[in-house]
Amino acid sequence: MELLGLYNYWVFAILLMIGFYAVIAKRNLVKKLIGLSLFQAAVFLLYITMGKVDGGTAPIFPEAGAVVFSNPLPQVLILTAIVVGISTTALGLGIVVRVKEEYGSIEEHEIQEIDER
Amino acid sequence: MNALAQHLPALQVVVPMLVAPLVVLLRPRGLAWAACTAASLLAFAIAVQLVQVVLDGDTANYLMGSWPAPYGIELEIDPLSALLLLIVTGASVLALVGGRENLDRQIEVGRQPYFYAAWLLALAGLSGIVVAADAFNVFVFMEISSLASYVLIAGGPDRRALPSVFKYLIMGTIGATFYLIGVGLIYMMTGTLNLADMELRIHEVADQRPILAAAGFITVGLALKAAIFPLHVWLPNAYTYAPHMVTAFLAACSTKVSLYVLLRFDFFVFQGNLAGHAFQFAVYLMPLAILGILVGSAVAMFERNLKRLLAFSSVAQIGYIMLGASLVTVAGLTAGIVHIFNHALAKGALFLAVAAFATVAAGLRLDDLRGIARRMPWTFAAFVVAGLSLIGIPGTAGFVSKWYLISAAMEFGTLGLPLVAIILVSSLMAVVYVWRIVEAACFASPTAEPTSGAGVSPALVAVLWLAATANIVFGLAPGLPLALSAEAATELLDHLP
Repeated sequence: MELLGLYNYWVFAILLMIGFYAVIAKRNLVKKLIGLSLFQAAVFLLYITMGKVDGGTAPIFPEAGAVVFSNPLPQVLILTAIVVGISTTALGLGIVVRVKEEYGSIEEHEIQEIDER
Repeated sequence: MNALAQHLPALQVVVPMLVAPLVVLLRPRGLAWAACTAASLLAFAIAVQLVQVVLDGDTANYLMGSWPAPYGIELEIDPLSALLLLIVTGASVLALVGGRENLDRQIEVGRQPYFYAAWLLALAGLSGIVVAADAFNVFVFMEISSLASYVLIAGGPDRRALPSVFKYLIMGTIGATFYLIGVGLIYMMTGTLNLADMELRIHEVADQRPILAAAGFITVGLALKAAIFPLHVWLPNAYTYAPHMVTAFLAACSTKVSLYVLLRFDFFVFQGNLAGHAFQFAVYLMPLAILGILVGSAVAMFERNLKRLLAFSSVAQIGYIMLGASLVTVAGLTAGIVHIFNHALAKGALFLAVAAFATVAAGLRLDDLRGIARRMPWTFAAFVVAGLSLIGIPGTAGFVSKWYLISAAMEFGTLGLPLVAIILVSSLMAVVYVWRIVEAACFASPTAEPTSGAGVSPALVAVLWLAATANIVFGLAPGLPLALSAEAATELLDHLP
């Protein structure tokens, strides 16, 4: 039962591995970037999960009495990491466009062949 | 003036970061370069000031917005970070001052303002990693510097830079994300992001397994960024096809900054807290360091392209730094850290010389460089001085670090002897690959006439000689880097139980 209760962490690990697999195994540069985005999204999930407190609400200053609230800091951190992730994906796609212009292909092995010629 | 001096740690990052968006607006030719160089010089002056503060025996701490340390964000300059700041800002200044003509030739005029803005962002990011005392800030600055350096590397005229930079982007992001996972796991267990606070709180954690996993994620992620063998595959192509001045800048400092974070985490945060961490660190990293030294040097011996040759030699030199660190003694760490400085000097000078060759020669294969010593004797003489420093000839900076590394290995008695042998063998391999360049440049007859009439700009020759002279000066009087490294090493090992 306890293992199932940690299912957020399971999703994190599985998503991480799917993304990592795509980055390594796919030869198409855009598919590699999709994998990279999945890989990063998994980490966002890890951070958000760890900040959640059971029965916790939003951390707004309570009017009366003590209230259980979730830790807001991981969410703030991950907001920054999301921005970093978007910039990385954007730059990566920009590079893919330039590769397509120069080589006429976005398949890794084809680019390698062109370079070796 | 005194009020300003307090804010130097923050200004180190803020100056280049604020000038960067302004540079984009400077359209008239040459103005962007001038602003970028001025900001770099200012950053260098700040770094020199901070080194002064650290040499006086203080650490410069800075609280962002005056929030007290574990809650607010803290910046901290200790001897290790001061040394790194000196390298980062110094490399940027030398490459910019000497590189104007060269960059003019390689970067289209219309795109130059963007290029120089990216340069400043890379500088700001690299200095940010070094000054930050907060694990998440380190991540953000790491990504700023990486994204900017991808732009710099892809900015040149060589289209082969594009696939190489894509590879670098993928591997760099994976490394940074691993680091982020590690930091997340530590935060989960300790609830803090401040490095000094983390070190104290990990003691209190009952279940150490997540911390152990975090140590693994962080070490592997940073090893990717630092191009430690066998995670170095992104490095040779990225260095080879980047604009020459970018190679000179990044080769001198970017991998070293990641090594700095690695040392920080493994010694400062984990060493005292995880049972057997020192042993594990040594057992995992020493074989990789040795393999890196041998394989990097061996590939360099057979490489035909000058820039690739020097890039593989960098892989070997990172191995030396890691070898020193993996001894986990004060002497070993001192040797490793002082080699960070000395290798930056030697490689920086060598890549500056490569940029000078590139203006005259048809290409950068060794065949293209035949007889180049006769056409540009001064430049080549500086190249040889830096090459000797790379090998570690007495009287040059490289000798100092090798001397310390060998004496650190000797401390281990008979166990250290194989290490000494490996260092000697790889130095001989360095003799071979440097000699191949000298042979081609001095003794082979030129195959083709000079292709371009343009000479090397006097600024580049001056900067090159400045760097080459620094190799000799710090070889004869290594007081400053040694003092900083020894202090840094003692401080890092202070945290051993």
